[in-house]
Amino acid sequence: MATTIVKTEKLSGQRLRRKEDPRLITGTATYVDDIKMPGMHHACVLRSPHAAARIRSIDIEAARNHPGVVAVFTGADVESVGPVPCGSSLPGLRVPHHAILAKDRVYFVGHPVAVVVATDRYIAADGVDLIEVDFEPTEAVSDPEKAIAPGAPAIHPEWPDNIAFTYHQEAGEPEKAFAEAEIVVKQRITSQRLIPTAMETRGVIADYRAAEKNLTLWSSTQIPHLLRTLVAQMLGIAENRFRVITPEVGGGFGSKLNVYAEEALMGFVSMKIGKPVKWIESRRENFLCTIHGRGHVDYYEIAAKRDGTVLGLKLKLIQDLGAYHQLLTPAIPTLSVLMMPGLYKFRNIAADIIGAFTNCVPTDAYRGAGRPEATHGVERMMDMLAAELKMDPAEIRLKNFIGKDEFPYATATGLSYDSGDYAKPLKKALDIVGYHNVREEQRKARAEGRLLGIGMSTYGEICAFGPSPATPAGGWESATVKIEPSGTVTVMTGTSPHGQGEETTFAQIAADELGVTMDDVLVVHGDTAVVQYGIGTFGSRGTAVGGPALYYALQDLKVKIKKFGELLLESDDVTFSGGMCVCNKTGKTAPLAQIAAASYRAMKLPPNTEPGLVATHFWEPPNFAFPFGAHIVVTEIDRDTGHIDVKRYVAVDDCGVIINPLLVDGQVHGGVAQGLGQALYEQAVYDDSGQLITGELMDYAIPKASMMPWIESSHTTTPSPVNPLGVKGVGEAGTIGCSPAVVNSVVDALIHLGVRHLDMPLTPEKIWKIASGGHA
Amino acid sequence: MKKKISVTINGKRHQDEVEPRLLLIHYLREVVGLTGPHIGCETSICGACTVEIDGKAVKSCSMFAVQADGRQILTIEGLAANGNLHPVQEAFWNEHGLQCGFCTPGMIMTSKQLLERNPSPTDAEIRHGIEGNLCRCTGYQHIVNAVRAAAAKAGA
Repeated sequence: MATTIVKTEKLSGQRLRRKEDPRLITGTATYVDDIKMPGMHHACVLRSPHAAARIRSIDIEAARNHPGVVAVFTGADVESVGPVPCGSSLPGLRVPHHAILAKDRVYFVGHPVAVVVATDRYIAADGVDLIEVDFEPTEAVSDPEKAIAPGAPAIHPEWPDNIAFTYHQEAGEPEKAFAEAEIVVKQRITSQRLIPTAMETRGVIADYRAAEKNLTLWSSTQIPHLLRTLVAQMLGIAENRFRVITPEVGGGFGSKLNVYAEEALMGFVSMKIGKPVKWIESRRENFLCTIHGRGHVDYYEIAAKRDGTVLGLKLKLIQDLGAYHQLLTPAIPTLSVLMMPGLYKFRNIAADIIGAFTNCVPTDAYRGAGRPEATHGVERMMDMLAAELKMDPAEIRLKNFIGKDEFPYATATGLSYDSGDYAKPLKKALDIVGYHNVREEQRKARAEGRLLGIGMSTYGEICAFGPSPATPAGGWESATVKIEPSGTVTVMTGTSPHGQGEETTFAQIAADELGVTMDDVLVVHGDTAVVQYGIGTFGSRGTAVGGPALYYALQDLKVKIKKFGELLLESDDVTFSGGMCVCNKTGKTAPLAQIAAASYRAMKLPPNTEPGLVATHFWEPPNFAFPFGAHIVVTEIDRDTGHIDVKRYVAVDDCGVIINPLLVDGQVHGGVAQGLGQALYEQAVYDDSGQLITGELMDYAIPKASMMPWIESSHTTTPSPVNPLGVKGVGEAGTIGCSPAVVNSVVDALIHLGVRHLDMPLTPEKIWKIASGGHA
Repeated sequence: MKKKISVTINGKRHQDEVEPRLLLIHYLREVVGLTGPHIGCETSICGACTVEIDGKAVKSCSMFAVQADGRQILTIEGLAANGNLHPVQEAFWNEHGLQCGFCTPGMIMTSKQLLERNPSPTDAEIRHGIEGNLCRCTGYQHIVNAVRAAAAKAGA
């Protein structure tokens, strides 16, 4: 029996530790690789060592005869399986056929060629070593600008220009604005390829039961329901006999917002061998075969008056797509265009995207997905413009912000910013960092020959994805709330949290609305057989779209609770609050547990009264939400080593109403770590032949504890009018705000040495060359 | 050719016949059934597989099971005693020192070792001490808070 107590203290807004954690800190949580099943087999995938090659022949005989190997499949065996889907549609988009195993040609290092199934994972790996593939390597191209240059080798023979699509968007009168401008600043800015690097690699288990025609797939994914719909199509099986379960997921950051070849491949294998089969991605495979992020070469032009008023912005964006489209690959750079005006009143814009195929693994959504690139671009351009005009970077931003009274604000790119007060977080951040004092300190430092820099970014982001017409698969979210006869509460959310903490924040919301304790609420997610259809967790939408869905389901449920309360209390004047119904005439009360029991016992129900206490709500958001904020970074450069010391990191984020400040801080810190990783350390490097040089954690530098500064995180609160909770989303904010603030700071430290712009990552070698008197 | 090993894990003796090439992490996870330690890289960089061997934190992907013959091993599953969380576990929970939780078992084992060697570390010493364990979610700040809090509690 649940303890249903009268509460007056609101849980939303409190800094509460998480409900998820007891299983995670004791090592008893269940991730995909922790699942063991009777008769389970193990799969290992043979992958191409070449970035471009023809497959002349494959000899699987030795592998097939190896003791313990039960099956080997190649591209010819899986032709019945549909292609890996691309969910984006752009006019004229060229979509290569993306088979789950290559047959005649391979297009990137890591391209899957064959799968070995064995009784043991070591034997499966042995089997892969025994396969002989006769590859005929062909010329590869890994750089997007080289790929679209004349004479480049064709990645897909049918499209020799290597261009998957072009896209143009324009608003206002950009040509006129640039012609009339008093100053125009131009810059090529790159946003390098990054490797998302969730600490848990991908993993899949498939279990097909032929007699029932039922397939169950455990996958480390962010989108269980979409995965089920799309893999059912690939395998040609009935969706209602296909169950996808996401157990504990060890991080995603967008890399698991996808449908991968191995997910369908394991389903295929289990259907063939009639046994469960498990595939766990190695870290090397994760780097080679799971999507990468970013991969931009951007050419920016900004037009302004000499007083700093911005007039126009132009962007030519070359997107490195990789060899194929994964689920959202071509859509990501379009998000950059949507957000290119940032927080400023640009009325004249022009943008062109060229989507370039390369012999690399596809890029797709990685934390921020198109918005970090856009923010980096506009925030670098604002700084360069300020430098040209000898203006303070804070002043030029304050001058051009959309005013707080101008919301909802229709941007030149077609968005409607929901609410904002952009000067507020900037002023707060300036205050926290002690802007006047650090500038003074900088003057002194320069006089002593030290290199101290101060950089800022004022970012905006598009979150809470999103209204369905603007998304490839529906942008709503769902929630079901059940009150059991004992009064305990179960929330089933269509989102699929994997570290964000919605088992806690959603329990806070439900407990507040129902007047029960956090312990009375269980939040369930990630099982298509248990939870109603949902969209998933990505694009800072978990709480911002899933939260309102829950809120409305709770309102529907409260109507039912009140109705049963009226029956129990034999009164038509009843209020439900604090976990009980109260008759306003007699003062008699009925606690929730009693109401719940009565609703299921169903005695003396009036006609047309549905027994039970269950409500489901599918919520369609009327708009995106647009969080914003200001990050200020103070850096000092060691002239002798090129090392960048981040002395101060001030983050003031406005993500609307905050449900759990402890968790929001965690999201900001983690986001900043990934932004700082891009700014200073990380880069996926392919050589000219298409080999991934940074193919292991030894070579790809994600930040370690000693590489991270202390983050001084605080907030302003501008509620979103888009949803009843006033929340905006915070998962990507830190990443979006970070990289331009860091680069602006380092450029500021070096500006008196003639440095105008630096491309990421700002490695010590790059900085040392400049600081020691050389050239970038 | 399988080899017989005898290992004491979380206070309990285990005897098994294992292939010489079997990694200790695979032995713990697949033979013994302790799935708390995780595999994040298999190249001894990430530290998700960290366990304690004869009192020292070790990345169990960098050892073969046969090398653990005769040793004492403590995994994350053996850390809580009589249903009571270890102070480091409690501190990670209180301070939100984890998000997805994948690195957490290794991070907690390393933090425990760090505090045993240095009961009152500075923030810089904490950051240096956990450098061998990668976390992609937290930015480490709440982990540093957790280790500091665990140290303060032990010193109180």
